[in-house]
Amino acid sequence: MLTLAHFLSLGAVLFCISVAGIFLNRKNVLILLMCIELMLLAVNMNFVAFSYFLDHMDGQVFVFFILTVAAAEAAIGLAILVVLFRNRQSISVDDIADLKG
Amino acid sequence: MGAIEIIFYLFSAILIGSALSVVTVGNPIYAVLFLVLSFFSAACIWLLMHAEFLAIVLVLVYVGAVMVLFLFVVMMLDVNVNPLKEGFARYLPVGLLVAFAMALQMFLVIWTRGLESMPMPEPKPDDYSHTTELGMLLYTKYLYAFEVAAVILLVAIIAAIALTHRQRPGTRKQDPARQVQVKRSDRVRMVKMQSEGEEN
Repeated sequence: MLTLAHFLSLGAVLFCISVAGIFLNRKNVLILLMCIELMLLAVNMNFVAFSYFLDHMDGQVFVFFILTVAAAEAAIGLAILVVLFRNRQSISVDDIADLKG
Repeated sequence: MGAIEIIFYLFSAILIGSALSVVTVGNPIYAVLFLVLSFFSAACIWLLMHAEFLAIVLVLVYVGAVMVLFLFVVMMLDVNVNPLKEGFARYLPVGLLVAFAMALQMFLVIWTRGLESMPMPEPKPDDYSHTTELGMLLYTKYLYAFEVAAVILLVAIIAAIALTHRQRPGTRKQDPARQVQVKRSDRVRMVKMQSEGEEN
């Protein structure tokens, strides 16, 4: 029998995979952006699960807004990436260390 | 095990497998395609939870627009994949450690708080529509937030264009403002001259 814990576990596993992906793909900003998309998907999965199991539609409204903001974030992130590649001919995180942060 | 359980476990397996592939495959084009697969399986799981509108939005907007944008950028950038893969083995232990620690923490919270005894709710009557309910909420209680979301999208459009727009030197283009401002005296020069007589 499926319970709320099953769906939350799926979201947790997705989130952990994308956190590991951010550690593993330090050389490629594109895959880092994709890992962020996966994280947002995991969070949305939790929202939809709570919305369904608690029978409260507000959770789905929040998923809607998260999708909107994620789309805007992807568009601006990719634009920054294109400008970065145009100036540096590279998308490695190591080449963006001018501020020595 | 009923049909719903089989669907859930099947699509969860596809989702987790494709998410792992996104993280490990290295080649950005394959990573985008695996990300599309994971969005599709997530949409199927959302359909299982009766979030029909959001599942369709995920496929149409996310797969249809955002992922296509990713593919565009991946193919436009012409990235050399091999040097990007180095450092993968170096960061693997710490990545796995952090991921397993986080997973352990989250599972401890999820499976010890009584959430595992919360069964799926009873199905709604046939004339109940989750999409209608979502629309009612969105256009009444969350109307201002909805409008702010529209403004955020507008800002994203303008920012993306402003960032990537560049003017190449040496191209010939028209400036409509200067075209409108032009005076007759800039273009036409009146020359006084003797009129040609009709000699014949």
